[in-house]
Parts: sequence; C-alpha cells; structure tokens
Amino acid sequence: MTSPAPSVVPAPPSPPNALFEYLLRLGDDRLILGHRLSEWCGHAPILEEDIALANVALDLLGQATILLRMAGEVEGQGRNEDALAYFREAIEFRNCQLVELPKGDFGFTIARQFLFDVYDVVLLDALTASTNTELAAIAAKSLKEARYHVRHSGEWMLKLGDGTDESHRRVQTALDSLWRFTAELFAADPVDAELAAAGIVPDLASLKPKWASLVREVLDRATLTSPADTPRLAGARGGRTGAHTEHLGHLLAEMQIVARSHPGATW
Amino acid sequence: MASTVTNRTIGAQSDALAGDSQWPLWEVFTQSEQGAPHEHAGSLHAVDAEQALQNARDVYARRGGVISLWVIPSGAITASSPSESGPFFDPGADKAYRHPQFYKVPRGVRGV
Repeated sequence: MTSPAPSVVPAPPSPPNALFEYLLRLGDDRLILGHRLSEWCGHAPILEEDIALANVALDLLGQATILLRMAGEVEGQGRNEDALAYFREAIEFRNCQLVELPKGDFGFTIARQFLFDVYDVVLLDALTASTNTELAAIAAKSLKEARYHVRHSGEWMLKLGDGTDESHRRVQTALDSLWRFTAELFAADPVDAELAAAGIVPDLASLKPKWASLVREVLDRATLTSPADTPRLAGARGGRTGAHTEHLGHLLAEMQIVARSHPGATW
Repeated sequence: MASTVTNRTIGAQSDALAGDSQWPLWEVFTQSEQGAPHEHAGSLHAVDAEQALQNARDVYARRGGVISLWVIPSGAITASSPSESGPFFDPGADKAYRHPQFYKVPRGVRGV
C-alpha cells in the first residue's frame, strides 16, 4: 500500500551550511548573468558597446570565480570554482531567475542589467560591513565594479527610455515583463535569516526600499513607468532553492559542454 | 591677398562618409600618471560626452595604466593641412639656434 501523494511539495529543509548556500547564490547570480551578457559578444549594436558588455561580463565572471572558490572552501568537500561551475545540474544552481532569462533584445538586456546592477550595488555596499572579513573584502572589491556597471546601464536606461518611440516601447515592455522577477531578490528565507542574525549578511528586506527608490529615480528621468509590485505567493519557490525557469538548462548545456566533454583539460 | 589656408576638421571626412548611420566621432586622450600630459589614444563613436567617456574607459583604459581621460568631439579639433606642411613646418627645421640642444640637463630631472 502506498501513501497518498502529498498535495503540496514541501519546502526543502534549511541546509546545514548556510554560508555555503549563500555564497552559491552570490556566485551563481554573477556566473549566469555574466554568461548571458557574453552572448552579446560580436552581436552588440555597435563595436564600442560590444566591448562594454563583454567588459561587464568579465567583471561578473571574475566575481563569480572568487565567490565560488570561497564556497568550495567553506563546503570543504574538495570542490573548486570550476567543479561548482561546470559539474552541477540546474537544480543545484542557486541564482535568481532574473539573471537566467534569455538575453532578448538590447532593451531587455539593458533593463535586466539595470535592475540587477542597482540590486548589486545596494547588496554589496551592505556586505562590506559583513562580520565575515573575507566576504567583506570580496564585496568591497566587487562594489567598485558594480558602481561602474550601474553607471553604464543607468545611462542606457535614460537614452532608451527617453529616446525614440521604438526604444521607449521596447524598454518599457522589457521592464513590464521583468518586474515580477525582482520580488525574488528580496525574499529572505532561513539561509538569509541565519546569516543575518550572525551579522554576516544584511537583512534582505531592508534593502528593498533603497533599491526601489534608486530604480524609480532613473525610471522617472527616463520617462518610463514603474510597473506595480506583484505580491509573492506564500511558499513560492525560486532559483534560491533550485527551482528555475526552463531557460537555465539550455544555458548550462552550452556553458558546461566543453568542461564535461574533456574533464580536466587545460589550455 | 585672400587667404588660401585650407585647415581641416578632424573627423569631418569620416562623418561625411558614414552619413547618418553612425554616431558622432570623438577623440580620446589618456593620462598615464599625475603630471604627465594627456596623449591621443585613438577615437570612437558615441552619442554624447558621457557615453564617449564610458566607451573610452572600456576601449582604451580597461587594461589599466590610465588615471584620467579626456574626450573631445572630433569636429572641435582644427588640424593643419598636409598639403601645406612644407611652408608650415620647414622654416623651423634649419635654424639650430632655435633648438634647446646646447643646454645641459641636470641629472635627476625627469619628464623633459
């Protein structure tokens, strides 16, 4: 006799190593977004922007490298940054869903980048006060890069939003479809709560007002309309616990195939 | 006698060739250390000064070694004409007394 299937999938229990989980979240956000940006390489509207996007992608990749390396050390199972980047399945990735969405048109890429960049600056700024000195140092180093990223994407938001009818329409459409993915950025779970109590990470919810006002300031100047917040469903899961959109698997297939086809290869 | 000077505007030719399909051209100058001159590094396209600065940062300063950037609309630069380089420059070449080569530079002086 089999027991009836539960009607609701229970949320996974809090994992034993909260810091490891958190470092994966930070590292995977940057790894996946960096990969998405790198897809513009050779395809950006003009040569200068091609270089600019690749530059940001490389910054994010560099940050991911350091964060995943630290994650591997914290885990203590002998996995380095390459093992974590190339030999995990989609369900083991901890990035938010915002960063895994396909790159779309240039307006979509810029709108997504802008929403993330503002979040990144606000979060990294708070992480520089972490009681974990290694994490605080990584945050301080990354913050310099993030400040430039938001300068770049923010400037583009102004140009596209307050540009032609077509550029305005495209970036507004992108904002409208991206907005619902921003709730996940500030949804704290037991991992966040445990680390926040120890002063290692900031209270995520406290970052939201700062993010919202910075974003709104630019959208107003760009003559764009801030979409309305949609409340997050109770018990909703997301990328932080391994629930991803269909798009992540395709991204990983491309990102991981060389490392998996030739394990241990060097060049 | 009417002036026959034919000075050029940098970038005018390439902008004319590009028509309206390209953004305006900017000249980029980089400074490598405090007190050093800003030197011409190259050019790029951008719609305004802020974007020109950002593009210059990414194209000419991303590998380090730069502490300051200038961007200038190429059209704002007036250049001497190659066809008049003879009259323009040659008279200065054969008057050695105009050159500061008879001075001894004290040891320890740098950047001369």
